[in-house]
Amino acid sequence: MLLGPSIAWYLGIAAFLFATGVFGVLVRRNPLIVLLSLEIMLNGGNLALIAFSRHAGNGAGQIFALTVMAVAAAEVCVGLGLIVALHRRRLALDVDELSELRG
Amino acid sequence: MLAISAGGVIVWIVWVAAGFACLASGLAVVSFTNPFFSALALIGNLASLAVLYLLLSAEFVSAAQVLVYAGAVMVMFLFVTAYVGPRREPPWRSGPSWQALAAVLAAGAIFVEIIVAIGLKAGGRLQESAHVGGDFGTPAWIGRLFLTDHLLAFEITSIVLLVAAVGGVILGSHTRRAGAGRHEPEGAAG
Repeated sequence: MLLGPSIAWYLGIAAFLFATGVFGVLVRRNPLIVLLSLEIMLNGGNLALIAFSRHAGNGAGQIFALTVMAVAAAEVCVGLGLIVALHRRRLALDVDELSELRG
Repeated sequence: MLAISAGGVIVWIVWVAAGFACLASGLAVVSFTNPFFSALALIGNLASLAVLYLLLSAEFVSAAQVLVYAGAVMVMFLFVTAYVGPRREPPWRSGPSWQALAAVLAAGAIFVEIIVAIGLKAGGRLQESAHVGGDFGTPAWIGRLFLTDHLLAFEITSIVLLVAAVGGVILGSHTRRAGAGRHEPEGAAG
């Protein structure tokens, strides 16, 4: 049996984390903080996966969470590479001013 | 019975502390002006999430969270934050204030939507969880699952990581070549 709070409380925390990440992605202009907010969203999803895995007594959720971690590491690698490339080209680190690809 | 209830009280205390730290550090990440402090707050967020994973008897995922996220990924974040230099940005500078208001509304709508969807689809069935054995979440158990039932996901993950590493190298080398070409155009032409 699961001691302490039931799975629904963990899911509430996961939903709040996801909403916090959405807010950060929408309102912040620094691409570094946008990446950090993406990490918060991914971790909210991970918490929900692991909570459901424990609830069902099934390991697929934990496998999925580990895969999400690997994908998040890949995303951080490419995102930080982009930010370093922007910095080397002396472009502004502001997602509103990066509009060169606009048609 | 007494031992079970005492254990339950301890789990509740740990859960409240970890959950509060998790929510507070998540809010701190999106509201600090200095990206360096945001990255440090995200380390606290990841550590409190690792505690929550432990409470859900996901020991290996918790250890991987601390090692991979709080160890490797956050070191990369802090390095890049220090590399691009201090750059303070007021969190609500973003032009018209209706954008911040709309962001608050969108985030609140998503939160309410998730809660309502969970409550409608699974509300009555979340009270008691399955009984799991002592090996649930241990490294040996995870490894056996990864190499038997989920072998394809394991292999595809390695390909994704390889592609990301190649992408990082290409992003770095491309900008270096562009910078070299800007400094010595005649060498590139000859």
